[in-house]
Amino acid sequence: MVEHSVSAVMTPPGIAKCPTGIRGLDQITGGGLPRGRSTLVCGSAGSGKTLLAMEFVVRGVREFGEPGVFMAFEETQRELTDNVHSLGFDLADLVQQKLIAIDYVQVERSEIEETGEYDLEGLFLRLNYMIQQTGAKRVVLDSLEALFAALPNEAILRAELRRLFRWLKDQGVTAVITAEQGAQTLTRHGLEEYISDCVIFLDHRVTNQIATRRLRVVKYRGSAHGTSEYPTTIDERGLSVLPLSSLGLAYEVSDERVPSGAERLDTMLGGKGYFRGSSILVSGTAGAGKTSLAAAFVDAQCRRGERCLYLAFEESPHQILRNMRSVSYDLEPWVKAGLLHFHAVRSTLYGLEQHLVALHKLTDEFHPAAVVVDPVTNLLSMGVTDEVKAMLTRVIDHLKTLGVTALFTSLTSGGEATERTEVNISSLMDTWVLLRNLEASGERNRLLYVLKSRGMAHSNQVREFLLTSEGIQLTDAYVGPGEVLAGSARLQQMARDRAEVLTAQQRTARRQAEIAEQRRQVQSEVDALQARAAALTDELRLMADEEQWRYQATADTRAALESARQTDVNGEVKP
Amino acid sequence: MHDNPSDPDDWQAPSGAARNYVLKLYVSGITPRSEEAIRCVTAICRERLAGRYDLEIIDIYRHPALARDGQIVAAPTLVKQLPLPLRRMIGSMANEERLLAGLDLRPRAD
Repeated sequence: MVEHSVSAVMTPPGIAKCPTGIRGLDQITGGGLPRGRSTLVCGSAGSGKTLLAMEFVVRGVREFGEPGVFMAFEETQRELTDNVHSLGFDLADLVQQKLIAIDYVQVERSEIEETGEYDLEGLFLRLNYMIQQTGAKRVVLDSLEALFAALPNEAILRAELRRLFRWLKDQGVTAVITAEQGAQTLTRHGLEEYISDCVIFLDHRVTNQIATRRLRVVKYRGSAHGTSEYPTTIDERGLSVLPLSSLGLAYEVSDERVPSGAERLDTMLGGKGYFRGSSILVSGTAGAGKTSLAAAFVDAQCRRGERCLYLAFEESPHQILRNMRSVSYDLEPWVKAGLLHFHAVRSTLYGLEQHLVALHKLTDEFHPAAVVVDPVTNLLSMGVTDEVKAMLTRVIDHLKTLGVTALFTSLTSGGEATERTEVNISSLMDTWVLLRNLEASGERNRLLYVLKSRGMAHSNQVREFLLTSEGIQLTDAYVGPGEVLAGSARLQQMARDRAEVLTAQQRTARRQAEIAEQRRQVQSEVDALQARAAALTDELRLMADEEQWRYQATADTRAALESARQTDVNGEVKP
Repeated sequence: MHDNPSDPDDWQAPSGAARNYVLKLYVSGITPRSEEAIRCVTAICRERLAGRYDLEIIDIYRHPALARDGQIVAAPTLVKQLPLPLRRMIGSMANEERLLAGLDLRPRAD
């Protein structure tokens, strides 16, 4: 699809615009329909032509103070009043106040006999009369095709229509003319020949049993406009168009951080949490804890007094509230305080467009600071992947422009690579938190990784993700050689580790004791030897003493003998 | 004017009784076309409905609300309110055959 940058759409146009007040339509037309000119609204039966026309008039009165005229060829005033009553428009009252004039023009082919030349002065006068009565600035003709069926002379009719459109222009009113879609042409009777200033085409198609509505501005003379097909819905507030003008990646970004709701996760995300206005993807298989993580996020935002919008496609709000209470996230007070708004619908209830329009509408009405889409993958069931991605891109762009933090959960079906999201939207995401189930030793445990987080230092560690009655807890997973253990396996491994340490300690102690013993033995041997040495020393001394003593004794004896013998030995005679 | 002299009266009034005609001719101002329509209608009325018609000529320029009430789209328009069925003859009334047919004064050619 061709994208028009906002600057192109918003350029001050050369021609004055007449706002319709219809959500989104004024944005894609750069302010509304061409003022003082006629706009052709065409489409098949049931595509919302009359509603668009009616809203143009009623909103003209209520929102822009411009009275209007509605000339109906197909429905009576009463039918019209009843039809728009459900939208909260009190048509009868507006008619009473002469702010709106309605004229039901009844033309029956069977009643009419053509008797010569004629003109449509009757129609002109009736229109003029109503314009005079109300001071109308807006005129609707819904739809002129009835005239083609009723009036036999097409040549006169065409000439008169040409005159009518010129006349409308001269009156200075902004007109909306509706027409039925033709087989090959925009309108069955080629009205686009006469009204060429602005042509809007409404499309209503059914694919896979789901009806989708689109709106396209076919042409808009003298003004830039979005040329894409814009998703459109009709709801209790009337028609709304999703202005998917891509914003050309020019949104402001914030440095502010918002908590993720799990303290340890904040730590993993550079210590502060997500960036405000960023988009976060939480992907994982069934039961990985995506919704819990989303609830933690919601809880954290509401705790800060910020509004949250929760789009639930799988569970009812009550179910979510109950389930999340079990993991300590009591969201009910936030709902009651008006901080949290649940929008729960089955994704298959209506088309992708309508979901996105609803999201758009809710963000515009509720002004949330954060939006949770749980799960975004459910939107897949309603369209081609490319289409869904294109739509999501636009939604994300829209949320980013508003500075809304968006958290999307994505269900990864088992057997697929966990790093692959089904919608292939990961490239649109700023932060991607991956939840994984680890199945080992007869149990499943949850692991959490931060796969990426743009613009912040983030942990590359795997954490075990525990859902406890105190909320989400992240603990270090056991990271051993070549494996990651979690849950009881982690506990077992830790016990094993402890045992090993104990054994080692015991072994060391035993060895120490052994060595001490040995040392003692050696010591005692040393002692013994020393004792022996001492004994030997004693003995030695004893022997020496003995020798000394014996020598002395011998000498003494000999002396005594010599003395006794009086032997003179060598002349030395002792006295 | 009467191509088939035996026919018209027998046909248009099977009961023989005169039915009252209530006619309204809506014109938009005094234009040649309006004048022609007025002339044709009054002539027919005088000739064919003498004494049993009520013709009102309305200028929708002066009474636009009446155009609305009468569900007038084209001008000139002659509305035959009675006898039923209601019929609207649009145009300058120059085509007398069609005008008569519209007034149920002659069977339709087609």
